Amino acid sequence: MASTIRVRATANGDVTEVQALIQHPMDSGYVKDAKGETIPAHFIQRLTFEHGGKPVFIADWGPAVSKDPYVKFSFKGGKKGDELKIGWVDNTGATDATSATIQ
Amino acid sequence: MTFRTHEPASRRLILKGTVMVAMTGLGTTAFAAFPALAAANDAYPEDAFKQKSEPDAIKALYGRPHEPSDKVKLDAPEIAENGGVVPISVTTTLADVTSIAFVVSENPNALAASYHILPGTVPAVANRLKMAKTTNVIVIVEAGGKLYSATREVKVTVGGCGG
Repeated sequence: MASTIRVRATANGDVTEVQALIQHPMDSGYVKDAKGETIPAHFIQRLTFEHGGKPVFIADWGPAVSKDPYVKFSFKGGKKGDELKIGWVDNTGATDATSATIQ
Repeated sequence: MTFRTHEPASRRLILKGTVMVAMTGLGTTAFAAFPALAAANDAYPEDAFKQKSEPDAIKALYGRPHEPSDKVKLDAPEIAENGGVVPISVTTTLADVTSIAFVVSENPNALAASYHILPGTVPAVANRLKMAKTTNVIVIVEAGGKLYSATREVKVTVGGCGG
């Protein structure tokens, strides 16, 4: 089953750089479809990254984050082979989660 | 904008339930992402994201004034051809950073994103935001309990919010 989350985590010395790309419409609730009907707001509200059982980075998002969101950050303490857990929840209550190995 | 006001409340309950399950030792990989929500010790700032204006959004999120700082480096394009996807990033040399927030002044809801920078995480974030029109982007960095900001105008040729 394909996940909506694609993650690349690369360790360089003590610092691990994480890039994530998520498939999500991130509808703002301001856009109308071809029939002139408003497309309801549908966006990820919280995206969490966890390493070693502890969160390292949490994103709180509103509808102004672009469709198929991308985010990049770095953290210290990770090393090659460690597992990174990633999960999101959107404003409809839908969720997805995956894990990635630091390379 | 129609936020469905009933859902967040019920979702919060569901999440609380999930965390409880995880805490009682039944946390499987499917639920593994959620204990982090409890650990972060604060909920999604729904109210701040609903505010329309930039001052109201900042007030709802932090409730404190911010001061411009040259230690906050905001990187954004001068001109964005597509307001739907504007790459914006921030780095800072400030110490003890706990959060970084992105505010787009002229968007229908000014607050775009708020990031929790946990201990050991580098205070730098890159993301892509939608911008309705030419406007200021304000980045607020919370460091050592104080708020520092950087502002930059981005010219938008085609808006990304109204459609």
